[in-house]
Amino acid sequence: MDKFKSIVVKFKSLIGLLLLCFIISIITPRFLNVNNLLNVLTQVSVNAVIAIGMTFVILTGGIDLSVGSILAITGAIAASIIVKSNSLFLAIVVTILLGALIGAFNGAIVAKGKIQPFIVTLATMTIFRGATYVFTNGTPISGLSKNFTFIGNSRVLGIPFPVIITLIVFALAWYLISETRYGRYVYALGGNEDSTRLSGINTDKVKMLVYIVSGIASAISGVIVTSRIGSASPNAGSGYELDAIAAVVLGGTSLSGGEGSITGTIVGAMIIGVLNNGLNLMNVSPFYQSIVKGLVILLAVLIDKKNKK
Amino acid sequence: MQNKKPILEMVGISKTFPGVKALDKVNLRAYEGEVMALLGENGAGKSTLMKILSGVYQRDEGEIKIEGQDVEIKNIKDAQKLGISIIHQELSLLTNLSIYENLFLGCEIRDGLKLNKKEMVKKSEELLREFDLNISPKTIVKELTVGEMQMVEIIKAVSKDARIIIMDEPTTALTEVETQKLFKIIEQLKSQDVAVIYISHRMEEIFKICDRVTVLRDGTYIGEEYIKNVSRDDLISMMVGRKLEEQFPYVEVKPGKAILEVKNIKWNDKIKDVSFELKSGEILGIAGLMGSGRTEVAKLIFGEYKKTSGEVYIDGKKVDIKSPKDAINSGIAYLSEDRKKEGLILKLSVLENMTISNLSKYENRIKRIDRSKELDDCKEYTKKLSIKTFSPYQLVKNLSGGNQQKVIIAKWLLNLPKVLIIDEPTKGIDVGAKKEIYEILNELKSQGKGVIMISSDMEEILGVSDRIIVMHEGKITGEISRKEANQEIIMKYAVGLTD
Repeated sequence: MDKFKSIVVKFKSLIGLLLLCFIISIITPRFLNVNNLLNVLTQVSVNAVIAIGMTFVILTGGIDLSVGSILAITGAIAASIIVKSNSLFLAIVVTILLGALIGAFNGAIVAKGKIQPFIVTLATMTIFRGATYVFTNGTPISGLSKNFTFIGNSRVLGIPFPVIITLIVFALAWYLISETRYGRYVYALGGNEDSTRLSGINTDKVKMLVYIVSGIASAISGVIVTSRIGSASPNAGSGYELDAIAAVVLGGTSLSGGEGSITGTIVGAMIIGVLNNGLNLMNVSPFYQSIVKGLVILLAVLIDKKNKK
Repeated sequence: MQNKKPILEMVGISKTFPGVKALDKVNLRAYEGEVMALLGENGAGKSTLMKILSGVYQRDEGEIKIEGQDVEIKNIKDAQKLGISIIHQELSLLTNLSIYENLFLGCEIRDGLKLNKKEMVKKSEELLREFDLNISPKTIVKELTVGEMQMVEIIKAVSKDARIIIMDEPTTALTEVETQKLFKIIEQLKSQDVAVIYISHRMEEIFKICDRVTVLRDGTYIGEEYIKNVSRDDLISMMVGRKLEEQFPYVEVKPGKAILEVKNIKWNDKIKDVSFELKSGEILGIAGLMGSGRTEVAKLIFGEYKKTSGEVYIDGKKVDIKSPKDAINSGIAYLSEDRKKEGLILKLSVLENMTISNLSKYENRIKRIDRSKELDDCKEYTKKLSIKTFSPYQLVKNLSGGNQQKVIIAKWLLNLPKVLIIDEPTKGIDVGAKKEIYEILNELKSQGKGVIMISSDMEEILGVSDRIIVMHEGKITGEISRKEANQEIIMKYAVGLTD
């Protein structure tokens, strides 16, 4: 019995997700069909990629509020490179490097300035959003070529390309967090910064690393979003940080750091995506959707809290 | 003394947690105007018993009587109403508030809705004066020294008209002078017919201040004795259930060459020109009072603090240490006195804690951690240091203090250090595990490593060190060989007297 309970606790997010799918599929038969499910996965992919990066930051006990703004600015840069040179390679490389650079900027201020990540990224969220408006002059960059919009809209072997990108990002992130020493350092730092530093680990470097990962993840999402829509809007990604944080928390990662997993985050992102899709299929008005989403998050955290006692 | 009557009687108390019987028919009495020592190794059930008494846990079985009346203690409020007050080992003060706000927390003096700050400050002032504490009650607690905080905590407990006061390791953070003050307070409480339950691992204190002693072992009641009828060895064998031939095993090793030389280290105005050397095959004890700068010297050598000036040599070669990482690469290991804050990562497993400072050793060509190699090392050291854990994947927070300390030692041994600096190696660790730690230190010494042991436990310093240096206010005030050393000489140097 104890063993059964411990399995339930371990896979609670996944059980929650399956339960949610089950309920929705009873209410609306349109949910369980291949096209709809692939559609859900595609919609989830942007949030999932951002949330994977966010997981790194949250595992260290930090937070990154600037992800939505990073998405916007990297998307705009990618779009303008495509418009000017039509070089897919250049667009992607520059975008990802820029994401890493912005992440490093966040990380440097958090680590060297010893300022709370919430404050730092709240400020940079505004700065990068402003920079996007300056760069785009406040108007969307459109007229993107087919070879770019391919990324967001095509399928390979029947699987939407954004989903494939998400799987690749997930695999790399999983390897980094579970199989390498840097991953271990991320958990250690979130568990106890002083002990970690006194164990001879350059904690500033680890902090930089997680914000860089988050920046790169946001940049990848920037590319996906821009290519899906076919234009880069300066408003893109507004509020995405909240969905990403929600996915991380629903996936069982502790906001105080040191506990959680990337796999959980994927499940968390799926819960949000399935819920959105289900509510849409049921023709629930967006106003109510927002309320339902919030309630589900509260419920999940309350259940989690109770299990930990 | 014989006709004192017990204020408190706890009879046949049992408590089971999932999977563990923490207490099995335990008895404890406390007598008015007396101090009852509660002794036992870590995990013996002292804390559980005290938590039942103070209303944090509920007993499964047994009776609690106060002045002969059966009582139910369902929560902390009940305990307070019955006049039971507890001074925790870990401070429970709110460090962002002032002393008087802490003293009156939950029982503020008010005029209607408005707080009467004047009155509270005045009363706090009186209390502080009563206990010889010359601090303004408006001082914010975080600006106090740990010792002063502990005193405030004690005052807070005492000021609540308690009839039964539980003190859980009250002196761990106190200086000698503050400890003496505490003992005076305890005498005062005795004269007011208060019953004190005193938990400590320090034998000297128990013999000095306690009237009777109750011993627990593995959750069972071993016995109650008058302190004057028992010897130290009696108590130890009651606690561990076997005779401890010797609490401080000592091995004679001929020291080798200087392995670590510290020359003219200075740090702001806290550390004033400290120089010493450590030989291989030697345990160098550093004694001194709290705040004498011992820990700071260790952290300066280890690169956690940046020294203002001075040099460090390893094997005769000058090393430039700017961070703990540099220190580790030079072959230095440092075990902090604060295991939980500066040693362990409580959310990680035993294995992860052991290998954290040495992970690159396990990396293969694709930067992947070789888990089987990691597990081998963990198992090897778990066995070598006889760490009691049922699995390498057990979270380190579930281990006892002694085993946690051994995990940290294992972590550092995996780095193969030349010099091990260990700060308060046995703080809060039970008697049996203490001896095992000393044996590990001796083993390192025999291997030709150098050990620096900082300790406030006089007997430990005298029993384990080959050589002792004493610090006072950021300076070394004396150096003593094992042969010459005794408590009086160390105290003399520790308070700043020189020859």
